[in-house]
Amino acid sequence: MDLSVNFAGIKSPNPFWLASAPPTNSGYQIMKAFDKGWGGAIWKTLGVPVVNVSSRYGSVNYRDSRMVGFNNIELISDRPLKDNLREIEEVKKYFPDHAVIASLMVESREQWHQIVKDAENAGADGHELNFGCPHGMCERGMGSAVGQDPKILELIVGWVMEVAKKPVIVKLTPNISHIEDPALAAKAGGANAVSLINTIQSIVGLDIDNFTAYPKVDGHSTNGGYCGPAVKPIALNLLKNVAKIPNYGLPISGIGGVENWRDAVEFILLGASTVQVCTAVMHYGFGIIREILAGFEQYMIDKGFNSVDEMVGRALPNINTWENLNLKYKIVADINQDKCIGCQLCYIACDDGAHQAIGLSENPEDRKPHIIEENCVGCNLCSLVCPVENCITMQRRDAGNEHLTWKERTIAGDIPDSFDDERGGGVGHHVPEPREAIAYRLK
Amino acid sequence: MSEYNRPVNEQEFEQNFAQIKPLMNNTEAYYESSRCLFCYNAPCVEACPTHIDIPLFIRQINTNNIKGAARTIYDSNYFGNACGKVCPTEVLCEGACVYNLQDVKPIEIGRLQNYATTSAIRNDIKFYSAGKSNGKKVAIIGSGPAGIACACELRKEGVHVDIYEARSNATGLTVNGIAPYKITNDEVLEELAYLQSQFGFNILYNSKIETADDIEKLEKNYDAIFLGVGNGETSKLNIPGEDKTNVHGAVELIEVLRKEHYNTAFGNKVIVLGGGNTAMDAASESARMGAASVKLIYRRSKEEMGAYHFEYELAKEVGVKGIFNAAPLEIMGNGSANAVKFIKTKTKNGKVVTIPGTEFVEECDMVILATGQKNHDYLFDKISNLEMVKNKVKTNNYQTSNPKYFAGGDCMNGGAEVVNAAYEGKFAGKAILSYLEK
Ligand SMILES: Cc1cc2nc3c(=O)[nH]c(=O)nc-3n(C[C@H](O)[C@H](O)[C@H](O)COP(=O)(O)OP(=O)(O)OC[C@H]3O[C@@H](n4cnc5c(N)ncnc54)[C@H](O)[C@@H]3O)c2cc1C
Ligand SMILES: Cc1cc2nc3c(=O)[nH]c(=O)nc-3n(C[C@H](O)[C@H](O)[C@H](O)COP(=O)(O)O)c2cc1C
Ligand code: SF4
Repeated sequence: MDLSVNFAGIKSPNPFWLASAPPTNSGYQIMKAFDKGWGGAIWKTLGVPVVNVSSRYGSVNYRDSRMVGFNNIELISDRPLKDNLREIEEVKKYFPDHAVIASLMVESREQWHQIVKDAENAGADGHELNFGCPHGMCERGMGSAVGQDPKILELIVGWVMEVAKKPVIVKLTPNISHIEDPALAAKAGGANAVSLINTIQSIVGLDIDNFTAYPKVDGHSTNGGYCGPAVKPIALNLLKNVAKIPNYGLPISGIGGVENWRDAVEFILLGASTVQVCTAVMHYGFGIIREILAGFEQYMIDKGFNSVDEMVGRALPNINTWENLNLKYKIVADINQDKCIGCQLCYIACDDGAHQAIGLSENPEDRKPHIIEENCVGCNLCSLVCPVENCITMQRRDAGNEHLTWKERTIAGDIPDSFDDERGGGVGHHVPEPREAIAYRLK
Repeated sequence: MSEYNRPVNEQEFEQNFAQIKPLMNNTEAYYESSRCLFCYNAPCVEACPTHIDIPLFIRQINTNNIKGAARTIYDSNYFGNACGKVCPTEVLCEGACVYNLQDVKPIEIGRLQNYATTSAIRNDIKFYSAGKSNGKKVAIIGSGPAGIACACELRKEGVHVDIYEARSNATGLTVNGIAPYKITNDEVLEELAYLQSQFGFNILYNSKIETADDIEKLEKNYDAIFLGVGNGETSKLNIPGEDKTNVHGAVELIEVLRKEHYNTAFGNKVIVLGGGNTAMDAASESARMGAASVKLIYRRSKEEMGAYHFEYELAKEVGVKGIFNAAPLEIMGNGSANAVKFIKTKTKNGKVVTIPGTEFVEECDMVILATGQKNHDYLFDKISNLEMVKNKVKTNNYQTSNPKYFAGGDCMNGGAEVVNAAYEGKFAGKAILSYLEK
């Protein structure tokens, strides 16, 4: 299977790259990663070497899962530029066909010119401009401070384009309400591609015994940047927003919470043409690439895709605005009584958190709940809380031949427009009397 | 046949009787508690005779509120720690876990429970204290789980409690009867001390209540009396040869085993007669004490055994051989038993009938009778108007037919588990409190 990609002119044996972060801090690590199967790497951001603190990381654990969310207060590379450049050169010597991209972050026009030239002289295949770091660097006017200001972003991209001979990727920050603005500014500045997301500003948790937050630095803390599996939904949405910009045209490198082949497929179907990984490697090492590669190839075979390019953005046409969704589509929950184990989680979820559409048997021996179909709004909460695979499924109830959207209703002037409008969706729907909640007390 | 060598020191004894439900470490407790689904109306709560809010305490363990978890447990069950280790969880809470219906291993509720309560006990986290004295006095006969639970409940409300205990130790069969691989003596006594330090009940050891005089004194000095005497000694079989030196009642032998450990004399070829849980324990214990051959011989069929399936499995795992449909006719031997004569049986209309001409002999050097326990007639007979049903003290909401007397635990339920005794003792305590208010 040919997984090779050409990303804005940067060639790579596969679309799986290491994001600019600790796993790409040195030539040793990147060579090891390439040896294991990674297609490319964005070098840990280069600039004027920084000074870091310890500790630097915090994590969100959920039940028995560690690091479902990960947070760092680390800055860019703390190594002298010349050491990094020498190692870039060496990596390219051993791995000429792999993508080595220099992540860059400096302040002045002169510095940008100098570092772009230095990186190209060392043999870098492209540049990624770090306008995303949301902690520390932004306090000094760099990183997300740039990414949040489209005008400045465009200006700096312009400086870079004045000298760059290799493709330039702009790495966007998610810490902004309209990602389209910096994405368009990058394009206006002449960038060849964008990548997203960098980390999300966060406080990962508190030390409630000592009244401070994690990570702790001598009793104090600061906000950090959030990444790992927990941020994937946010990354996917921002990716979609950029990919949906009409006639955008720039290739996108997707980043944020990628850990396995399935995540990688999702990013690509939503418009990314390469995928970058950081946290998953920091958690499990470079070896996870074998699971990504195997699963990704199998998916391509199963779906009949011949190249990564064919997959890029395949799901985008089906991602719409809310107003274009079919209001006539009607599904209801169905509980498979043979599979049901009687945990009653669906019952309490629906009764307390949805629409009181699940009933319990009068017979206390029978623990299996049933759907009260006329109350079910088809929200599918129950099927999400159910711990048994395929036990609660959603069954279609409309005939399938009607299609009416909010947009169409708006055009037709048939939407609720006053507070007690009878055309509201909940009108006539079963809602229990308030006092039924405490019926046992009123008896 | 047996995989165990006879233990000759305490260390070997502990190896042979290693805890089948060892204490969880923090990581294991965290992982295991993560699996709990937090069912609504959780069936495990219903299945627990003391109705501990199991999903709550498991969630509390998961959020590292171990203290809170222990409190949840103790609020429902004063023997929370012992129960976590000795309850037949396979047929109680864990048996009700919905994971069973998914063919997934049920949550190890017993061990999680034990994890939380052990932490509270070892760190001496106190949740309760005795109430302000209200001038009332209650005598409790028997310091088993029923008696102790009753005492806790009464002390909480400021009632003065004296527990009269025939033996020199407390907690009854918990420390004297339960198989050593389920719980150690130290664990039982730690929990007792923990409870006593919070509730401050009095235990009068070596104080058997047996004479009319004893009873009269109690009735005179106390406002109410709780019967928590459990069951008595092993019943006789009424067959020839039962009095031979190496024929033992299971309960009596196990009591020696729990005290003397590796010093307890066990045979090499043991026959255990009976089909209940006590028989299973006695057989397992014989094997773990190094008997080369242990035969469990029961009058009825395997399916008719009173023992829990998992208890029989446990016995089989250590090499016990079951022989079914065989009734003992005679214990043979000169002074000491060297064989038992049996006759084959079948069950007809629910009754055991022997099959003529099918006698056979099994050799042995020790016989253990696990054929049920007698009750404490010598005591019950002397209490006026005390009605019995089927050898059990008759009660109505734990009050006996003599209104001054209350009862709970084995002497009332006929013989169940620690958890039942703990529950009944507690609720008998509540019944006594409302009786004292009148
Ligand atoms: C061999 C065996 C194994 C068992 N294994 C388990 C198990 O694994 N798990 C489980 O949950 N349950 C088990 N049980 C059952 C459990 O031990 C009992 O159900 C429970 O201990 C009953 O508690 P109780 O308070 O009613 O009586 P007991 O525990 O029997 O306590 C009664 C107390 O009263 C004292 N007493 C009796 N007569 C007098 C008197 N006249 N005056 C003063 N004191 C008196 C006794 O010395 C004793 O201390 C087992 C029982 C046996 C026999
Ligand atoms: C410890 C750490 C350091 C990082 N340093 C950089 C950096 O120097 N430059 C950069 O562009 N992104 C940096 N990132 C962001 C990652 O490249 C990536 O965008 C983000 O972690 C999301 O991907 P993930 O969910 O796979 O981790 C860093 C992330 C982490 C966790
Ligand atoms: S789909 Fe929603 S409304 Fe319907 S039964 Fe499930 S939870 Fe209740």
